[in-house]
Amino acid sequence: MKIGVLVKRVPDTEARITVGADGKSIDESGIEFIISPYDEIAVEVALQLKEKHGGEVVVVCYGPKEAATVVRKALAMGADRAVLITESTKEHEPAQTAKVLSSVLKEEGFDLILAGRQAIDDDSAQVGPMLAEILGLPCVTDASKLEFDPAAKKAVVHKEIEGGEETVEVSTPAIITCQKGIAEPRLPSLKGIMMAKRKPLKEAQPAEEPELMTKVVKMDYPPKRPPGRIIGEGTEAVGELVRLLKEEAKIL
Amino acid sequence: MAVIGYVEWRGGEFRKSAYEVVSQAKRLAKELGTDAVAVVIGKGVREKAGEFAAYGADGILVADSEQFEHFIPDVYARLLEQAVNQTGARFVLLAHTTLGRDVAPRLAARLAAPDVSDIISMNWQGDHLEVLRPVYAGKVRVTVAIGKEPAVVTLRPKMFEADDTLGGAGNVEDLKAEIDWDKVLYKVTELKKSAAGKMDLTEADIIVSGGRGMKGPENFKILEELAELLGGVVGASRAAVDAGWRPHSDQVGQTGKTVSPTLYIACGISGAIQHLAGMSSSKYIVAINKDPEAPIFQVANYGIVGDLFEVVPALTEVLRKELGK
Repeated sequence: MKIGVLVKRVPDTEARITVGADGKSIDESGIEFIISPYDEIAVEVALQLKEKHGGEVVVVCYGPKEAATVVRKALAMGADRAVLITESTKEHEPAQTAKVLSSVLKEEGFDLILAGRQAIDDDSAQVGPMLAEILGLPCVTDASKLEFDPAAKKAVVHKEIEGGEETVEVSTPAIITCQKGIAEPRLPSLKGIMMAKRKPLKEAQPAEEPELMTKVVKMDYPPKRPPGRIIGEGTEAVGELVRLLKEEAKIL
Repeated sequence: MAVIGYVEWRGGEFRKSAYEVVSQAKRLAKELGTDAVAVVIGKGVREKAGEFAAYGADGILVADSEQFEHFIPDVYARLLEQAVNQTGARFVLLAHTTLGRDVAPRLAARLAAPDVSDIISMNWQGDHLEVLRPVYAGKVRVTVAIGKEPAVVTLRPKMFEADDTLGGAGNVEDLKAEIDWDKVLYKVTELKKSAAGKMDLTEADIIVSGGRGMKGPENFKILEELAELLGGVVGASRAAVDAGWRPHSDQVGQTGKTVSPTLYIACGISGAIQHLAGMSSSKYIVAINKDPEAPIFQVANYGIVGDLFEVVPALTEVLRKELGK
């Protein structure tokens, strides 16, 4: 059994994001980069499946050369090998990413492809379903629970939807995008980190990077909130709060 | 030519955001000098589809069948593709919900069209559409020019106004597409509604959220009482979710949900940057926290420094009298 996991290199969630000099992208100086948290969860899901059913976990990443660091982290967690498709441009859109990834995924022929529900930088949440369409595979998004039966080529997935939960059955190969709660990513062990250095990390060039259909015109900050205001202390402030909610905010 | 607004039907009702989508489709259609067409897919939807006329739908394309009872991504994408072909649509608008996020990229891939997610405003520039979307969980935003038509966009719920005075013609027609069911490898076997049909955080007008300061899962009861009184729902910070006190579907912030309610009441939440990113677009923020230095107070319209276990029940009591409940 061969499981592919898609990972993306993104700024740490705790990072303060500032607009760069070009006014169209972020200033990357001083920012720490991590595996996008949902992708890290997907790596964990893959490792748990491997522990249960055996097989191989392959990490696939499209990004800058520097993404090797986060790819190594996935290898340190326990993935077997990795393919890093190095970008030749900084400008991306999901359709292009999906296209680039699809050629490697086709070549590898995975039994299951896992990814995060969205990358936490551009928050587009498009690559998984787009890949499904390109590769002609079923795709379940926002999975909060997964049971995979490799022998029967079947997966049962619980997915969260607004106001409820759906249970979905798909035949595999399939693409599953992971939501929080499906698994808790492990910390790489010291041994894992040492071993990761020797695991195969293949760098590849994209077969083609399709032309973009959208263009970022500018990047800016959301409107500033009025400065914070403390209206009082303890239960004594409750009356004032209710008055403000009623008269100023006109909410009640 | 047309602008399509996809109308989401789930569990026997239209989502609130569906009305927003149709009204926005109408506004854009007006600028383009064309019609707004609502696309309705589901089981038993025909009867109710007409209500979108008031919200601006000139045409209403209906695919009503037992087979469409549940959302099946590739089938719905196929139907929407057919709707685009049938109407010559230039834009397809969907809500950025779990369903919209799933079907929009598939539709875009089928049409070789661009797809821009989770937009909060749009502007027709005379020859192309420009959209605004938050990125990095709202820490910054980008204005994106869409250079190709047809194009697909998903609208963040609660950011576009639903307007029942837009009055479209509302001509109902059938939407028919050939679907090769043998190739459909996706089956919904169960749909469970959460307790008391709890409203999703992204659609709520009032959210009462708890963080590490709640000290344990049992204490969320006081937040639930307050939320119920106000007709709101309970949310949580990452700390509270990671501690296992609340389900992750309750999480507000960068690895949870981005919310924009009218009122956000943060209780025992310090205001880590990734939490602030997810709730700073709330209209009014109330913060209740013991630590006067907590970053949450920097974004709070009304901050109360104090013990939430005293302040929250007191607030509930005063509000109960105020609201006569």
